[in-house]
Amino acid sequence: MAVKGAGRGTKGYKPVSMSSKEYQAFAKAREPSRSVLTNCLKAFLVGGIICTIGQGLTQFFITAFNMSSRDAGNPTVAVLILLSVILTSIGVYDKIAQWAGAGSAVPVTGFANSMCSAAIEHRAEGLVLGVGANMFKLAGSVVVFGVVAAFIVGIVYWLFGIGAWHDTAG
Amino acid sequence: MILQGKRTWVYDKPPVIIATGTVVGPDEGQGPLAADFDLVHPDLEIGQPTWEKSEKILMEQATDIALQHANLSKDKLNFFVGGDLMNQIISTSFAVRSLEAPYIGVFGACSTSMESLAIASYLVGSGGADYVMAATCSHNCTVEKQFRYPTEYGSQKPPTAQYTVTGAGASIVAKEGDGPVVTAATVGKVMDLGIKDPFNMGAAMAPAAVDTIQGHFQDTGREPGYYDLIVTGDLAGVGHPLASEMLSRNGVPMEQTTFRDCGLMIFDVEKQKVQAGGSGCACSAVVTYGHLLKRIRSGELKRILVVATGALLSPLSYQQGESIPCIAHAVAIEAGNSGPQGGAQA
Repeated sequence: MAVKGAGRGTKGYKPVSMSSKEYQAFAKAREPSRSVLTNCLKAFLVGGIICTIGQGLTQFFITAFNMSSRDAGNPTVAVLILLSVILTSIGVYDKIAQWAGAGSAVPVTGFANSMCSAAIEHRAEGLVLGVGANMFKLAGSVVVFGVVAAFIVGIVYWLFGIGAWHDTAG
Repeated sequence: MILQGKRTWVYDKPPVIIATGTVVGPDEGQGPLAADFDLVHPDLEIGQPTWEKSEKILMEQATDIALQHANLSKDKLNFFVGGDLMNQIISTSFAVRSLEAPYIGVFGACSTSMESLAIASYLVGSGGADYVMAATCSHNCTVEKQFRYPTEYGSQKPPTAQYTVTGAGASIVAKEGDGPVVTAATVGKVMDLGIKDPFNMGAAMAPAAVDTIQGHFQDTGREPGYYDLIVTGDLAGVGHPLASEMLSRNGVPMEQTTFRDCGLMIFDVEKQKVQAGGSGCACSAVVTYGHLLKRIRSGELKRILVVATGALLSPLSYQQGESIPCIAHAVAIEAGNSGPQGGAQA
């Protein structure tokens, strides 16, 4: 094999000489923009619809089963979770989410979707190492930080004596 | 064969791509290039219990189809060069079990298509082999699972994100025969200009494409106008304009040629929900082996330069805050001696 010098007419192209900083600014300036307002409106609409469905379910359990509004909460959440799991399983929830953003991620249906999608995805690796170990892959951090936040808020309540009404209201 | 300049192989007896095989999934089957692929699957599962097995099947089918088209039995293959995006390139290694060919596994992320073709051409062009197969594959769901979130997880993807192509492309490179020829190959360098967002691979990879394209012209003395078409692998809607602008700033006369991107060709970006466009190992592989080589065989194109781009990150590296190193490999493919237009000028 022969080695030949740079081709016949070496071109005087400038090399890629941008610094990391320059390039990042260059790329950032040309990134497609995302409308925060449109995304907020979409999230409000879808989140609102999910909450309205929840309210309708609560009302249903109150009138049909004579439950108190507090007791109707649990079956309402259960039905919303079931709906989310069904929509996730038939491959619809992620398509709604691409449009809705936070609107479908924040309600309890989003939490159910994160667990269900991980469980489906890792079923191939078995029930223990797959489903069991991966189900909380995404939801785990919500649980961890939720518990930590609740703990801190609980201490604040306790220190300042607020929230005592809970005992009487319960 | 000679090494020209710093990193370009130029072949005096150009190896011939005697046959190709391309298999794609349902979204690619609804894209504008659907008619150019050998096999289109109507679903992503392909009758398999796991996504990983589905991807392996894509690879097996592409290699089978390439062998059929070449009318070659598998024991004639001297080597198989290929890889994919999965950890430990399992899709390729598992698919090659049934092929029983001496195997060189490579990883170049989405640049694997041209990395493998460059090595295959080198092996044949240097007299190291008579028949070498180069192949790569990717599957939308295996990539989502490994690099991003579970496939059914409802996360909103930004407009800079890309949609991994489901498919596999294989080519058989031979010392002689009918078909388009490989006249040169330029090996890329790892480029990292500090982009950290794994949902913006186009911007991360654009500098690597620019560097390899300029390196190719510098080494070969060719100009952009030498080629009818220069395509990048999967820079898509965000990265391709960045690469174009950088090339023009550096004084490369890209207006002499047509400069496009496989990630923007495989899907109808306006109608299909693929964000910025296609990506994945299969993106440049199926567009080149399916669409572009058909156009060379029909005489519509005479000389093309395929610059496959790859982002060399891992899920761990970006979680640890590392930026994304990228690479691009370029292969020049021209109409062969027996093609309708004839007369390759190596």
